Amino acid sequence: MPIPLDTLFFAGALGLVAIGVVGMLASRHLFRVLLCLGLAEAGGNLLLVLSGYRWDSVAPILTGDLPVGVSMVDPVPQALVLTSIVIGVGMEALAVALLIRIRRAYGTLDGHALLARLREDLDERLGVAPDRSEDLPKGHAPFPAPAAKEQEVNP
Amino acid sequence: MRKAASLLFAGGLAFLLAVLVAKLPFGETPMVLGKQVLAQGAEQTGTANLVTSVVVGYRAYDTLGELSILFTAALALGLVLGKRNAAAPRDPDAGLVLRASADLLLPLLLVVGFYIILHGHLTPGGGFQGGVIVAAALFIPILARPSRGLDHGVLVWLESLAGALFILIGLAALFQDGAFLEPLLGKGELGRLLSGGTLPLLYLLVGVKVGAELTGLLVNLADAEAVE
Repeated sequence: MPIPLDTLFFAGALGLVAIGVVGMLASRHLFRVLLCLGLAEAGGNLLLVLSGYRWDSVAPILTGDLPVGVSMVDPVPQALVLTSIVIGVGMEALAVALLIRIRRAYGTLDGHALLARLREDLDERLGVAPDRSEDLPKGHAPFPAPAAKEQEVNP
Repeated sequence: MRKAASLLFAGGLAFLLAVLVAKLPFGETPMVLGKQVLAQGAEQTGTANLVTSVVVGYRAYDTLGELSILFTAALALGLVLGKRNAAAPRDPDAGLVLRASADLLLPLLLVVGFYIILHGHLTPGGGFQGGVIVAAALFIPILARPSRGLDHGVLVWLESLAGALFILIGLAALFQDGAFLEPLLGKGELGRLLSGGTLPLLYLLVGVKVGAELTGLLVNLADAEAVE
């Protein structure tokens, strides 16, 4: 049994979304995450356009010589995708600007390295020793003396 | 481990979407809204391109919101990137071939861009598509001569003016017909350049705004100081 072409189109659009999502989750480099976001977005737009498409129809433009019995495709999804693409461009430009700032501040776009640097920075601000969490027990006497605790409870 | 988890998640998502899509009737007649637009769009708005009648006619309010999203993105980008350090070095100018072809392309691309914007109600195209071409036309000379830069003041004025005029046309319709962004003026003869009332005018404003906005975005990004 041959696979209908429609199914292939939908599979392609869904595949683009899936590939984009996998890429976003699995990539370490932040710029790749952004590229994968673009892929997923393209898949979503394609899905939207496909939802209004018909094989036996023409573009929704009145030219005056439309044969009898031929209809036109749904113009509403096309208009929606038009705006969606432009919004996507704006969003991606903003994301690129953020990446530029991150690169300028930390010198890298690698996710793991950035996370380590971020943790270091936060620890420094909090006055906690690096590579130690505030919640970890602090050596031999993890809890404060009873008197100090009393004060904390009744301020 | 993490890769496997993300694969599993994406597979589940794809399966979910596939199940939803399988229920979607492909190749059926358009939805109720689309049917109505196809039946009455040309009569009500006077544009031959029905996508245009949706974008700046039936959903003009949506387009206004979309323009403000683009404006917000440009604003946030300027805010995030900050002012350029005046002492930071720029890339040197490109060679003769690139500079000469950039000068040659500028007028041609501008003509194509404005042709597409102005014929948005007759042929495939319109403010968004033409605006992107106009932005490309203005950006190419800057790629060829990074040192010359671009006057941001003119761009800001252009896009503010276009946005304000868009809203003013909408308000004029509000006072005349009682509905915001209702098409005004005569509909004219279907298929002529001067038809569709205010819709081509609105699309021209969209084109100017998108062109100016995108040029600003691209120039800001290209002008960001390089990391040493």
